[in-house]
Amino acid sequence: MPEQAVHVHQAPTGFIRKYVFSLDHKIIGLQYYALAFVAVFTGMVLSWLMRIHLVWPNAPIPGLGLLSKTGAPGGIVTPEYYLQLMTMHGTLMVFFVLTNAPFAAFGNYFLPIQIGAEDMAFPRFNMMSFWTTFIAFCVLVSAFFVGDGPPLSGWTAYAPLSAVGGDPGPGQAVGQTLWGLSIFIFCIASLLGSLNFIATTLDLRTKGMTLSRMPIVSWAWFITSCIALLAFAVLLPACLLLILDRVAGTSFFVPSGLNISDHMQPHQGGSPLLWQHLFWFFGHPEVYIAILPAIGIVSHILICNMRKDMLSHKVLVYCMMAIGFLSYMVWGHHMFLSGMNPFSALVFSFPTLVITIPATIMTLIWLGSLYGSNLRINSASLFCLGFISMFVSGGVSGFFLAQPSIDIYLHATYFVVGHFHMVMGVAAIMGVFAGTYFWFPKMTGRMMNETLGKWHFFLTFIGTYAIFMPFHYLGLAGNVRRYSAFTDDYLVPLVPVHKFITFAALFTGAAQLIFIFNLFYSRFKGAPAPANPWECTSLEWSTPSSPPPFDNFGGKHPVVYHDPYQYGVKSSTGDYLMQTSPEQAGQTP
Amino acid sequence: MSEATLDRASHGAEVMEASPFAIPSSKLVMWLFIISDACTFGAMLFAYGYIRNSAADWPLVFESASIWNALLMTFILVTSSLTVLLAVRDAANENRAGAFKWAMITAGLGVVFTILHLREWMSLIGEGVRPFQNPWGAPMFGASFFAVTGLHMAHVAGGVVALVVVGLGFKAGRYAFRHIEIWALYWHFVDLVWMFVVPLIYLLNMKR
Repeated sequence: MPEQAVHVHQAPTGFIRKYVFSLDHKIIGLQYYALAFVAVFTGMVLSWLMRIHLVWPNAPIPGLGLLSKTGAPGGIVTPEYYLQLMTMHGTLMVFFVLTNAPFAAFGNYFLPIQIGAEDMAFPRFNMMSFWTTFIAFCVLVSAFFVGDGPPLSGWTAYAPLSAVGGDPGPGQAVGQTLWGLSIFIFCIASLLGSLNFIATTLDLRTKGMTLSRMPIVSWAWFITSCIALLAFAVLLPACLLLILDRVAGTSFFVPSGLNISDHMQPHQGGSPLLWQHLFWFFGHPEVYIAILPAIGIVSHILICNMRKDMLSHKVLVYCMMAIGFLSYMVWGHHMFLSGMNPFSALVFSFPTLVITIPATIMTLIWLGSLYGSNLRINSASLFCLGFISMFVSGGVSGFFLAQPSIDIYLHATYFVVGHFHMVMGVAAIMGVFAGTYFWFPKMTGRMMNETLGKWHFFLTFIGTYAIFMPFHYLGLAGNVRRYSAFTDDYLVPLVPVHKFITFAALFTGAAQLIFIFNLFYSRFKGAPAPANPWECTSLEWSTPSSPPPFDNFGGKHPVVYHDPYQYGVKSSTGDYLMQTSPEQAGQTP
Repeated sequence: MSEATLDRASHGAEVMEASPFAIPSSKLVMWLFIISDACTFGAMLFAYGYIRNSAADWPLVFESASIWNALLMTFILVTSSLTVLLAVRDAANENRAGAFKWAMITAGLGVVFTILHLREWMSLIGEGVRPFQNPWGAPMFGASFFAVTGLHMAHVAGGVVALVVVGLGFKAGRYAFRHIEIWALYWHFVDLVWMFVVPLIYLLNMKR
């Protein structure tokens, strides 16, 4: 059969084709990174506003009154506006940061290079994925500026609050519909991206790059895209039905006889539990969509800095596959107290606890490999250690929450908030920081400042623990989440803890200014990066220049001769052997 | 297909590792899309089953005329799966006129299917079925029916457009065999989904 032999070898010259509607996976990766960057700092500012409101509920926040006259009259946040800030914080962080940064941004940039491809399998799809994501972002943010403001039902958009379109109160009108639309569009973008990642990984590996020779982070992106392909396919119709409930008068998610604001709702015959089933069937795999790429990035960087392979990195890959598989069987553990049959709580509890087995194996591999290794201490490897620390600290509280009997007490308290912020939020962000410090020389041709990087790490590490560890204490003390203020009830004694957390949050957020400064300063004034500054073996360090040329390898197809992690060997390059080096490794020196 | 497509086949086996499935990337992507879309339909049918099981007075509305209509639609869709196979066979033999003819016949059958379906929608709407109420019982009957069959109908309509585009393109020499084959795959999938819709939506809701 005839196949056209046309390549995308010609680099575009115009600014628009080169930097805006680019087909180049590297530019698209940077675009995803930039979008996540904007989203993460927006989300962080929102969390500041929430923290400030929690401890000084009556203090006016300068300028906020301009953003929302009804939500924050005179800058004083109303209880509804608090929930609206929380919803936008969660949605931005989970979808536009934790899904985009470790997976779409770094994956787009480095997956094709690591497997020796010139680009993704479908560059146009790739461009469409990014711009569709961008539209989803704009639709979401526009909710800030519509009447009644953004939604207040949380990033989980629990029905019936999210599904009742008839009686708009603050945050229940157009804003919630925009939320549904935004996530619907986001699903389409993520599905397009996943298709592309899978096709690229399977079909565009260069000669010698067998599946078993792929670096662990490429495996992580591949497994993540398989998870995303199935998970977003379920959220897509869920959002569709949610939008129908809101605009077409259906009631998939609204029960009969619901009375809101002394007004009987016209909806009949639906079930709020149905939304929870559909949402969490997506939502739990989504947690792994956020964390698996970080696991891959961290393992990849640690192996390079330990100068030896993990014991064995292949077991890590099998563990990631097991986690991906199990992630589809545990969604009900978010619903122990939602009115499901109590027996089904036990059914969901069991596989949840089984997930801790591959997670524990991974942790033991990291710790066992680190033990006695000569770890090179740099910003990237420090953030890797931070990741492991957060992964363990946040993961251990998962044991508690996975037991239905203990969850009765802990459900919807700050314990849960602490748990998922540590294991999903901060851990994945640590992975993104590690990846940024590690790959910055390749992406820009300049080194990041190590001193600033280390300051950034220690302040962030201490700061995030100072924020999120007390959350567990608050939860055990019975502090319910989503309360906008603690005025005159049993929670008043906990307000000093909240004050501490607020100070820690402001401090940790301010510490990120170091990162921003370092990022921009190093981009323009950083020391020029050598071709392979970390002496790493994988293919992204074999490109002829930094950043790599348009077709990544300068018109050549690299050939791969080795497993990804040939460290601690004797070779002409020193103690490592590039995957592209035809040389055979000597004995360990 | 887009000139920017970097197909494995266009790179040649001497510089690339073999794909584990030995099929063009675009065909692989269609298979992946089908897996993903199956999850989408699965979620829709799950939602329908959930709503149906939790309703006390789910109406059983389809009379034998509706069932016969559904069976006729099924017959048409299954037949179109056969005609699209003939298009693939002709395309594989580089018989461009034949492949075009069979692709158009398939698209035509898809149009007939959609017309029959829309006629049925109109008759249900005429009887008073709305997304939020109907004359017989559980108000969510209409919403579930329209959502599931509407999603399927949208897939059929999309398939018709795709078949016309690749049929014309293949005849003109712009498209290769694999494009016909990929959309034939899609068409079979849409057909297969209907095999779930008929028993779950029609036969289960037959008047008895």
